[in-house]
Amino acid sequence: MLAPMAAPPTAATPSSVAPTDPLGVAGSDASLRRFLHGLPGVDQVGVESRAAGLATRSIKTTAKAYALDLAVSMVDLTTLEGADTPGKVRALSAKAVRPDPTDASCPAAAAVCVYPDLVATAKQALGSSGVKVASVATAFPSGRAALDLKLADVANAVADGADEIDMVIDRGAFLVGDYRRVLDEIVAVREVCARPGGHDAHLKVILETGELATYDNVRRASWLAMTGGADFIKTSTGKVQPAATLPVTLVMLEAVRDFRRATGRMIGVKPAGGIRTTKDAIKYLVTVNEVAGPDWLDPDWFRFGASSLLNDLLLQRQKMRTGHYSGPDHVTLD
Amino acid sequence: MTEIPTPASPFAYAPAPESTSVVDLRTSYGLFVDGAFVDGRGESFTTLNPATEQPLAEVAAADAADVDAAVKAARRAQERVWGRMPGRERAKYLFRIARIIQERSRELAVLETLDNGKPIKESRDVDVPMVAAWFFYYAGWADKLEHAGYGTTPVGVAGQVIPWNFPLMMLAWKVAPALACGNTVVLKPAETTPLTALLFAEICQQADLPAGVVNVLTGAGETGRLVVGHDDVDKVAFTGSTEVGRQIARAVAGTRKKVTLELGGKAANIVFDDAAIDQAVEGTVNGIFFNQGHVCCAGSRLLVQESIAEEVLDRLRARMSTLRVGDPLDKNTDVGAINSREQLDRITELAAVGEEEGAGRWAPDCALPSTGYWFRPTIFTGVTQAHRIAREEVFGPVLSVLTFRTPAEAVEKANNTPYGLSAGVWTEKGSRILWMAERLRAGVVWANTFNKFDPTSPFGGYQESGYGREGGRHGLAAYLQEENR
Repeated sequence: MLAPMAAPPTAATPSSVAPTDPLGVAGSDASLRRFLHGLPGVDQVGVESRAAGLATRSIKTTAKAYALDLAVSMVDLTTLEGADTPGKVRALSAKAVRPDPTDASCPAAAAVCVYPDLVATAKQALGSSGVKVASVATAFPSGRAALDLKLADVANAVADGADEIDMVIDRGAFLVGDYRRVLDEIVAVREVCARPGGHDAHLKVILETGELATYDNVRRASWLAMTGGADFIKTSTGKVQPAATLPVTLVMLEAVRDFRRATGRMIGVKPAGGIRTTKDAIKYLVTVNEVAGPDWLDPDWFRFGASSLLNDLLLQRQKMRTGHYSGPDHVTLD
Repeated sequence: MTEIPTPASPFAYAPAPESTSVVDLRTSYGLFVDGAFVDGRGESFTTLNPATEQPLAEVAAADAADVDAAVKAARRAQERVWGRMPGRERAKYLFRIARIIQERSRELAVLETLDNGKPIKESRDVDVPMVAAWFFYYAGWADKLEHAGYGTTPVGVAGQVIPWNFPLMMLAWKVAPALACGNTVVLKPAETTPLTALLFAEICQQADLPAGVVNVLTGAGETGRLVVGHDDVDKVAFTGSTEVGRQIARAVAGTRKKVTLELGGKAANIVFDDAAIDQAVEGTVNGIFFNQGHVCCAGSRLLVQESIAEEVLDRLRARMSTLRVGDPLDKNTDVGAINSREQLDRITELAAVGEEEGAGRWAPDCALPSTGYWFRPTIFTGVTQAHRIAREEVFGPVLSVLTFRTPAEAVEKANNTPYGLSAGVWTEKGSRILWMAERLRAGVVWANTFNKFDPTSPFGGYQESGYGREGGRHGLAAYLQEENR
């Protein structure tokens, strides 16, 4: 990435105000397009073999204990079903605050992720626990609605107290090359995330990489989202297959690493969907560690969008603590 | 680009050593002649674990009488059993050997790592699977030789001398095609890495391979000379240094012996400004630091287009900082031990010359174990064609970085070496890959990848990198008689 020199890196704390277009590439449609198409390509075979190599790391004993706690603290515990109810969200919230009721040393999850109409319920259930409320918005998961409807969707969630907004990009616009439209939407959503008294809702931008299909597109969409002021870039809605994969996440981690070098600004990454086992989660953490760097080993900068992953992490934690495996009846089903 | 310091990671990988219990190390090993292990008449020697400098075992050395006995056994087996056996029957033995290699893969991988110093993840994920693949592939040819275009008459007895960098893999490259074509072999593994060849001999016994078809003679250079020089050897195959290759070529000149030589290299990895940079950096790392750089086709010269040189170097340094150097048996080790004191001395000396000649030396700040033979992954920048580290094969984890401005200059510099084994081209432009491949004088040209091997693909060099091809259909030619083609 031949990005211009920029300000030195800021301290590793989430900034509440994301500058839009810090590289000054979005001045015109043409310059935006030139910039995105000027990003170095991604060789599919190479990136997949690098990911496969990282997946062979053997994480044992103390390293595994560290990874398990870190992974638990990075989970965005998610329920995004038509059948969601306040009861379900309250149960999930309780789980996020105390994932393992038998073990006080178990960290809390990072957030609970719900649809906008359940934000208030989640907010109330989580109270002052420190667990965040994330809400999908912008006509999730397809994003196929008029912009004002998408913004109203976001505004609703923000008004109800959402700490984080997970928006979807307009993949149709991206695939026809209308990058400006995608960028403008991100910027507009970003504005709606702002709260007058500060404490803006953090913006996660879902690329839906399963629909973008190529790694080149994933890299371009990542830079587009970061240019638009995303706090996080997120792989998937979980409603499209394939959802998160290790190579896709690797490409996004390279993007945030390079964006930081170019602008000094750190952006988070969230793979979502399809990460169900501890083994998988550890592969992702290894990749974070070795590709983006240890600064990203923090729930402020890396999250797992998952539901069933948490229980597998808990079972593994129990195994490390007691020396033997228990079973699915020893973790709570919520 | 802002310089981001790399903080110490809180995610410190705990040791994850592969268990050695699967290997049944004996205190001493004999020669494998005519289907049985026998004592050697030469002076036995010790093979070390290069990661600890601790002795692993005493190994017999073959003298002239031992070599003679082995060649006689091979001749007898070739004439009476193996050469007469229908191809489909030979194939059964080769398939059986391939399957046993798979079954005993962990044992082979651990022993290879103990004796050689290469990381277990490489012996486990690259070497041993490749060895099995080589036997499976040539097993498939054994009954189809009439379709290969090189005749069907075996050459006879092959004397094969192999190096220490890929002990088992080089064994497979030599033994599998020889046996498939109906030849018998006398194999001399390297002095510092004899153990897996002896385990392979055990596998031959387990597979009920007829006595004398495979003979393994351990020893030093002198044993190799005796094997190569024996009058009743019909074919000589050697992989190793260009210096020894020359001696062998002289020794067999004027004899009836067929020869193939797989020698040194000083390959260029050429990165254009339109390359997929992250993958090019990864390929560069794999090209030179894979197997501690003990690879004849290693991409030991990085030729990078000047317009992106700084950026590529920044990324390369950052990537090198994440390489894990240390205990080869640890499953997370990326770079293992240098195979011998002698090789470490040579690498150290050439690196010192590089510094004296004014090249910029850089290596990541990684801790090295206190015993054993170690060398940090190292790059030299500002290297020119006139530097010794740009011309001589270091055979270690040392990369020389040079720049170019145009494709023509890249070709000129890449070809400006007495070697010609391999090259790599990194560009997203397909037409440029083809343009470069036509002009690069190298046996293998990799496009957007490096150090990839496959039994179906021929491998070999130009000029001082040797002659003959191993692998693929072409690899059969060296083991079949020309007059019947």
